[in-house]
Amino acid sequence: MFSSGSGNTVIKSKLISRRMFLLTVSKAVVVVGVLGRLISLQINESSKYKTLSDKNRFREWKLAPERGIIKDYFNTEIASNKQVYQIHLIPENTQSIEEIFVRLKTILNISDKKIFSLKKKIAKQKPWEPIIISDNLNWSEFSRINLFLHELQGVEPIVSVARVYKDSSSAHVLGYVSQVSAKDLKNKKYLKEMSVPGMAVGKTGLERRLDEQIIGEVGFQRYEVNAFGKRIKQIKVDPGKAGEHFKTTLDLEIQKYTAQILGDKAASVCVMDIYNGDIVSLVSSPSYDPNAFVHGVDRDYWNNLINNDKKPLTNKAVSGLYPPGSTIKTLVALSALENKIIRPLDTVKCKGKIELFGEKFHCWKKKGHGIMNMRTGIKRSCDVYFYEVARRLGVDRLSETAKKFGLGKKVLRDFFEERSGVVPSTSWKKKYIGQNWYLGETLHSGIGQGYFQSTPIQLCLMTAQIANGGFEIKPRILFDKRKNSLKEYLKFKNENPGQPLPADLLVSNFDLKPLFKNQENIKIIKDAMYSSSNEPGGTSYRSRLEDKRFTFAGKTGSSQIRKFTEAQREAEVKQEQLKYENRDHALFIAFAPVSDPKYAISVVVEHGGTGSSAAAPIAKKVIKKVLERHSLRQSIHSLPGDSI
Amino acid sequence: MFQPRSIQSSLSFRDKLFSIDYVLVLSILILGVVSMFAMYSTDGGQIKYHTESHIIRFFVFFLMFFILSFVQIRFWHDTSYLIYFAFLILLIGVKYFGLTSSGSQRWLNFYFMNLQPSELMKIGLILFLAKYYHRIPIESVNRLKFLFLPIFVLICPVLLVVMQPDLGTSILIASGGLVVAWLAGVRVKFFAYSILVFIALLPIAISFLKPYQKARILTFLNPEKDPLGAGYQIIQSKIAIGSGGLFGKGFLNGSQSYLDYLPEKHTDFIFTLFSEEFGFAGSIFILSLYALIVSRIVKIGNITRSNFGKLYCYSFATAFFIYVVVNMGMVLGLLPIVGSPLPIMSYGGSSMMAIMLGLGIAMSCKIYKDTPVN
Repeated sequence: MFSSGSGNTVIKSKLISRRMFLLTVSKAVVVVGVLGRLISLQINESSKYKTLSDKNRFREWKLAPERGIIKDYFNTEIASNKQVYQIHLIPENTQSIEEIFVRLKTILNISDKKIFSLKKKIAKQKPWEPIIISDNLNWSEFSRINLFLHELQGVEPIVSVARVYKDSSSAHVLGYVSQVSAKDLKNKKYLKEMSVPGMAVGKTGLERRLDEQIIGEVGFQRYEVNAFGKRIKQIKVDPGKAGEHFKTTLDLEIQKYTAQILGDKAASVCVMDIYNGDIVSLVSSPSYDPNAFVHGVDRDYWNNLINNDKKPLTNKAVSGLYPPGSTIKTLVALSALENKIIRPLDTVKCKGKIELFGEKFHCWKKKGHGIMNMRTGIKRSCDVYFYEVARRLGVDRLSETAKKFGLGKKVLRDFFEERSGVVPSTSWKKKYIGQNWYLGETLHSGIGQGYFQSTPIQLCLMTAQIANGGFEIKPRILFDKRKNSLKEYLKFKNENPGQPLPADLLVSNFDLKPLFKNQENIKIIKDAMYSSSNEPGGTSYRSRLEDKRFTFAGKTGSSQIRKFTEAQREAEVKQEQLKYENRDHALFIAFAPVSDPKYAISVVVEHGGTGSSAAAPIAKKVIKKVLERHSLRQSIHSLPGDSI
Repeated sequence: MFQPRSIQSSLSFRDKLFSIDYVLVLSILILGVVSMFAMYSTDGGQIKYHTESHIIRFFVFFLMFFILSFVQIRFWHDTSYLIYFAFLILLIGVKYFGLTSSGSQRWLNFYFMNLQPSELMKIGLILFLAKYYHRIPIESVNRLKFLFLPIFVLICPVLLVVMQPDLGTSILIASGGLVVAWLAGVRVKFFAYSILVFIALLPIAISFLKPYQKARILTFLNPEKDPLGAGYQIIQSKIAIGSGGLFGKGFLNGSQSYLDYLPEKHTDFIFTLFSEEFGFAGSIFILSLYALIVSRIVKIGNITRSNFGKLYCYSFATAFFIYVVVNMGMVLGLLPIVGSPLPIMSYGGSSMMAIMLGLGIAMSCKIYKDTPVN
């Protein structure tokens, strides 16, 4: 018993030890496994996990940069920033989104529609990303929110800055800013790293053109956050960089004045310095309130703009296309002189109409002008005279001159919405319409009808280049120190008072390119324009300014929308009797003052009737204003030692 | 008749004090102190509720361990069935009177603590089977009729715990029991059979699983699939440990735990927190302490005369090893997340109590190593 029991115990104990040994071996294997895992995590892949840990730990909130300011020539801010009161909501900090919205609805005036779209937005984004509930609260709403803030977990009152436009006279030039759209993010590369809630981007005008520089650099706040997204402490703040400021060549006073004169007419005015191409005024009307877009445009307001026949959203000065009408006659005459087709005193007899190529061509004056030469032809805007000149000149030579003087191509590079218009020629027609040129079309082109299409700024440039003696200028709307040759020009003017500029000096000193073959021809055209505005019988004689300081020389134009029927012509239907949309566009171009030209202007009034009655009176007022401010304009950037 | 050498039964208190394994005691103390620092860190560098009660518990149960060490090994042998049944009754009590927390009914409310009988059952089952296999002759171990009782006493608590539901603890209880059976010489084929039966029953078992348990298993297979959902714990734990690097982020500087990215950092993920703050060096330190504790218990088993003592010590050492490895495997992303505390380190009274009880019995095996049990 003893021995067997003892033996049994010993055998058992040996069995246990043997099996324990096996267990110990397997334990060792397991320990090696755990060790291996520790080595892999804490040594081999440690840097990867450190990055992941930091990613957990830090969270960045981007800060929208302050947009650069746009100023006028006199450093008046025309697009600036103001403080706005906003409320943001961070979804993950709220206890219940539903409840918050119910509370907010009682405190603020938020529509169900807005709440619905906000909820949709929340569902799309990360829970810690703030969403803007309202981006422009008034003070009383904002203080009410602050009063109830303790009940509104996750709601944050924010004082931010937003774009503000002082007045709407420059709305088209400046354009407007609005919330970033999905399309913007896709198309504009510079926005890639900038998606900050509440950031506005330029949508049209200079705001769009300058967006990349004016928008600034996004800043950020880096916080250490816990697993619930709660900010524990601020680690780093980068305030970002405010956008660049820009200065334009515009004169806000003139902008306002012009806008006021235009009222709600569908019209545009462009004023340009004829020597350096500075655009002093560029107004399109009717205008709109660009501030309405900053915080998301109201649907009704938007529909009003869209459905308005006068197209308030279009910058007519650069993207409105009009047949130049009789204003082109200056170039037709110039082209004919340059090509020696006709001498200034050669005459043509106007009987009110001529028949050519089996078609009747009417003069605007039914009774006819009688014997016409170049000066009287321009002065009285005789169509028959120009039919004859155009016939001899041919469309291709006209087209060459027109292009040289700035028609048919974009004038500024600052507007995406600018259009280039059309200068017809035989090859143009072949290419774009696929037909041969008819000779009759040359005659239409000779009075600026037919295929001719031009923008008001092109007409202004054309006038400026005639007025400055026929030199090429590069119009600009952004103030530019380097390219401004105004200083030398002024110096020359001061040293040689009252003396007209000799051509060769302009060419060499101001690096100008002459557009003429013989400058005498330019003088003839300028003189004819003078007669048109300042001699009895001239088409814009009634709008003349007799004060020598303001006297201008101009050319009227009316561009036909629709061809007069014979019946209408017989009945001598007046423009006022036509339906608004069938009336002619009224055009007027001019330069002033005649004695020492400084500025060129173009005025286009859509469906205004005749240039002499609708456009010239506007030009008269604007010219006076511009010239009154001329010395002020010069003084601000021509002080000795002042860099220009 | 065989006369038991009764020298040991009349050991003086001084002898007993000398025969205590002080390396083991020291390792436990060091681990205890380390755990207090870890707990202090989970409280955000302050002595708050968790730290305070962890310190109290550690010292109370450490004292209990020390006192239990002097209890005769024979007492443990004689009362082991009783202890098992007492724990089983407590487990049944849980089913009817238990407290429910986060969807699981595990605790009994006693005046001084909320007791989790399933933790105690880890020791109870080992004790029961150690005695059982100590008593039956070696030839009978693999006879079918002697297999019924072990299977029965293993299945009962495991089922009760699974139904709580507490998958982790039930697996740990079962693994302790299986280790005893293995050491006692149950043939490999029986283990193979039971694995086959287990696999056959798996689909049925899965249908009983709660959705969150199914999710956990799926998550373990591919944690990145749902990083903010069920896989969150594994990913965050791996990030914490991995970002600790060689020497860690420094005491009280574990950003993952400080910023609450670590779930259950007091309990199951205490190793993660420690490892984040003390890095690979700290991990190795903890691992070595556990290895030391396990090897000391195994050593007690080696020198204990009685097979009851051997079976108990070897089984307890192996079970202890399994607890540690399962917990580490879990936080290292090697095993699915099943709730299993890290012995001594993790916050939790019942787990501490059970471990100290187990260690106490092992120490009693050391003191009475030459005393026969029957």
